[in-house]
Amino acid sequence: MTAYLTPLLGGLVIGLAATGLLCLLGRIAGISGILWNAVSGGLHSDNGWRWCFLAGLLLGPLLYHALSATPYPAAPGLGMPFAITGGLLVGMGTRLGGGCTSGHGVCGIGRLSVRSLMATVTFMTTGIATVYLLHHVWRLV
Amino acid sequence: MKNLAALACGLLFGVGLALSGMTDTAKVLGFLDLFGRWDPDLLFVMGGAVCVTLVAFRFVLRGKPLLAAAFSLPTRRDVDPRLLAGAGLFGVGWGVFGYCPGPALSALVYLDLKTGVFVLSMLAGMALAGALSRRMA
Repeated sequence: MTAYLTPLLGGLVIGLAATGLLCLLGRIAGISGILWNAVSGGLHSDNGWRWCFLAGLLLGPLLYHALSATPYPAAPGLGMPFAITGGLLVGMGTRLGGGCTSGHGVCGIGRLSVRSLMATVTFMTTGIATVYLLHHVWRLV
Repeated sequence: MKNLAALACGLLFGVGLALSGMTDTAKVLGFLDLFGRWDPDLLFVMGGAVCVTLVAFRFVLRGKPLLAAAFSLPTRRDVDPRLLAGAGLFGVGWGVFGYCPGPALSALVYLDLKTGVFVLSMLAGMALAGALSRRMA
């Protein structure tokens, strides 16, 4: 199989999952929003679908790796300070910006939202700039 | 029924993330390393997903959701500083470690401690951003 085929297939499956959620529940598959609303709203009845979606998000990779006999990817290569800093920034940024790769990138662009397109261009740009600075300029990694 | 549908969609989403390579931080950082040893593979993930939603959403949004009374969609259309600042910060965090929210959650099942710490930090960041924006408002 070529190197591009599995990512492409994965992307198609992700798009299909987002379409399914919109078609069935009328909801945007924005994972940062689903996660925050689930955690902050707790277990009240309106949140049931969110917890179920999140449970599926965990079961999906287990199922995939088991059925395809593909090994788990290597554990993250960077240390704890990077995990904490990265996590804090991703959490703050997605809450302030109202979405992440799934909500803005996959779904927002899918419904031709200018806000989502601008957000996606912005986080791709700062992501690329961050890797450039950390890996090639400051050489912290 | 709604919960079962959400579980199925989440499951499919998780399969897609694992299949695509998004749950592998080395792969993600290689994709963001545009000016180094760029690995273009993940371009096909976003490309593939957006190809599906661009076409399918048009058809879906013409009708009504099957299990809900109406669509719950964002209504704002203005590009404001908060949106861009937030997206900018998110991108920095993505580039620091290599996870965005979905893959970070999915990768929890690989049972690596750093992934768990990333997810807890992410939740703390979400709470912090809420508290900060309430104070500024």
